[in-house]
Amino acid sequence: MKAKHQRLILAVLAVIGVAGAGVLGASALRDEAAYFRTPVEVKAGAVKVDEAMRLGGMVASGSIERLADGLTIRFVATDGKASLPVEYTGIVPDLFAEESGMVADGRMRADGTFVADRILAKHDERYMPPQMGDMPENAAKMAPAL
Amino acid sequence: MIAELGLAMLWIAAALACLSLIAGLLFLRNGKAELGALVRPLSVGMGLLTMGAFFLLIWLFVRSDMSVELVARNSNSLKPMIFKVAGTWGNHEGSMLLWLAILCLSGALVALFEKRLREDTLIATLTAQAALSLGFFAFLLFSSNPFNRLPIAPPDGQGLNPLLQDIGLAFHPPTLYLGYVGLSVAFSFAVGALITREVGPAFARAMRPWVLGSWIFLTIGITAGSYWAYYELGWGGWWFWDPVENVSLVPWLAGAALLHSVSVTATRNALRAWTVMLAVIGFSMSMVGTFIVRSGLLTSVHSFAVDPERGAFLLVLMALYIGGALTLFAVRAGAVAEGKKFALMSREGSLVVNNLLLTTILALVLLGTLYPIVAEAMGEKISVGPPYYNKVAGPLALILCLVMVAGPLLNWRRDDGSRLWTRLPPALLAGAVVLFGLVLFGGSVGILPLLGMTVAAIVAVASLAPLWGRNLRRTPLPTWGMVVAHFGVAVCLAGMGAETAFIKEKLVAAAVGDVVKIGRYEVEFRDIKPEAGPNYTSLKAVLIAKTPSGQRILMKPESRMFPGLLGTPPTETNEAALLTRPGGQLYAVLGVPVPSADGQPDRYQLRLWWKPLVWWIWLGGGLIALGGLLSLIGRAQFLAIWRTRRARKAEERFA
Repeated sequence: MKAKHQRLILAVLAVIGVAGAGVLGASALRDEAAYFRTPVEVKAGAVKVDEAMRLGGMVASGSIERLADGLTIRFVATDGKASLPVEYTGIVPDLFAEESGMVADGRMRADGTFVADRILAKHDERYMPPQMGDMPENAAKMAPAL
Repeated sequence: MIAELGLAMLWIAAALACLSLIAGLLFLRNGKAELGALVRPLSVGMGLLTMGAFFLLIWLFVRSDMSVELVARNSNSLKPMIFKVAGTWGNHEGSMLLWLAILCLSGALVALFEKRLREDTLIATLTAQAALSLGFFAFLLFSSNPFNRLPIAPPDGQGLNPLLQDIGLAFHPPTLYLGYVGLSVAFSFAVGALITREVGPAFARAMRPWVLGSWIFLTIGITAGSYWAYYELGWGGWWFWDPVENVSLVPWLAGAALLHSVSVTATRNALRAWTVMLAVIGFSMSMVGTFIVRSGLLTSVHSFAVDPERGAFLLVLMALYIGGALTLFAVRAGAVAEGKKFALMSREGSLVVNNLLLTTILALVLLGTLYPIVAEAMGEKISVGPPYYNKVAGPLALILCLVMVAGPLLNWRRDDGSRLWTRLPPALLAGAVVLFGLVLFGGSVGILPLLGMTVAAIVAVASLAPLWGRNLRRTPLPTWGMVVAHFGVAVCLAGMGAETAFIKEKLVAAAVGDVVKIGRYEVEFRDIKPEAGPNYTSLKAVLIAKTPSGQRILMKPESRMFPGLLGTPPTETNEAALLTRPGGQLYAVLGVPVPSADGQPDRYQLRLWWKPLVWWIWLGGGLIALGGLLSLIGRAQFLAIWRTRRARKAEERFA
């Protein structure tokens, strides 16, 4: 009886743990998961202004420009189908360059510019974000006008 | 010739694995002792051959033999020697060979030194290990042969990514692999014990050093990886909740749960089925880790092999092993479930709660890591970032720490809580002092860092409580190990909390002569000069940091340019400059030059951080690993053997 009793308590504890974890995980996912978007989706109106999101794309050829404050850069992110201006204040990561893949966390500003809080470039110069697998290879060179 | 020899050794080792598997299975079926006797020497042979093949691959990298495809793609004759050697495992094929070599070597060590287990359980364990390695031999030989020759040798290799030319990264993957593979041995022990139905204290004691050892390596690997990301990426963060970080954390969590539950099984012969289950989960998680990193399934700053064929191969292996083990578990669980009883208020009870919390955190981290894949399969592209993980893992980890405060003060079997009453008040007092101090003088501190630092204070004091009233010289090493590791958790937690709560950041474009104030430090931009390294050119800034006490210290952040070789584009890396002080670290990164118009001097991007107590994070990680090590040494079989031998010798001398 005692052993059964004890195992029952353990089982109940485990069930409460699993259920609690499930609820916690599901609610946190609903609140915190950010959408990964490419420029064409943003242009199609998939995100609202000021909504946290992650933008993936290639840095268009010849698009990086530095502002006078010396800290802010502007460039064009493209997926070959649409282009989006991006603004970022800070030091860009080591592998950030024109014609290479980049992923940026941030939000859309009302004027249609994506303001990045953080830019991630990839450790490999051959890298391309898998979510952009359907992008043409020379997307960076054939970026449509803004 | 060397490459062919290496390949031949791999094939022979694979054949030995095959033989070992067949001999072991026949022995377990028919009980023919002569077949069983084959398994040990076969395991030793496999270990020697794969280690040999791995050393031959290192030799090829050292000689820069560009006729071998792997060397040509990943090395360069101009690279410093240490990075040529490290280049051996800085790529997919080489790292898989390293994985396999460690797997087979640990099989050989089990075969040579494990004396506590029943012979048939040991043979079943080695047979399981042979089945594991056979799958990875197939993976290596059929889909990622490291010894592949090129028809025409190029004049020089394509080099290694300059970011990866770093001493920390050279030893980071092997450390994690040692941890992953240690869990595979625990897995094999669990399978072996399930096959012969010998799940009990002897099995737990045989498995424990492997769990501890692997967990120590995982701890070191994660700590070192975090420090590497901190100083090398130049972002100043120590944990990004990046998928690849998560898949190293998940086996660590499983290992932490397992090493606590295995103690219960070894000491009290309870939680038997759960320990076996955790061993299966632990290795499954390290396979999931390898799979995710190697298949390039996830978007991650680390993924470097996007190859669906290899991913599919690994997925099949994973399904086979995990499915097989779970089936075996389902069939045999009834035979092992009945363990010794205990009250809920007892050491075992607290360890059950510990295990529940650890596995819950594990499940939630895994959910966040895998959810984007599932979502993408259903047409939604989603990324799960730090806010999710902090929200789910943070509170649970804090509760876990509170359980950790109470657990070591409880007796096995049942406890009336008397020691809690006498020993906890000082710890709670310390926590209250920190909490009120922070609320009154800390300014606006986030809720998670605030609770983190409070719990850290409680844990720091309470972790020492098991030592009170003990003769410290007679306290057994495993107890010291527990105390040191738990104290390390407190140190680590305090570092995380303080860094998050009180970090200061400044981003400027500065010209030579400018002074930047950050926190209580003044940083003067003294000079900037170009320099040439062995295979790069660099810009080095000379900064003079003035500490609050008036001391002046030199800092030299650097930005390196690596020329593109053989068609690869040129790359830049930032080498941050760190100034470590007792109260924290000053962190400086040099960005790109900002050309100025009309005669003004050129300015340079400069990013400065003051990070209070940040180095406590890694100190804590080190202490946790040290605690594991003390516990491992205290429990090591060789010590016991050495003691008996010494006693016997002393007896013989007197006889």
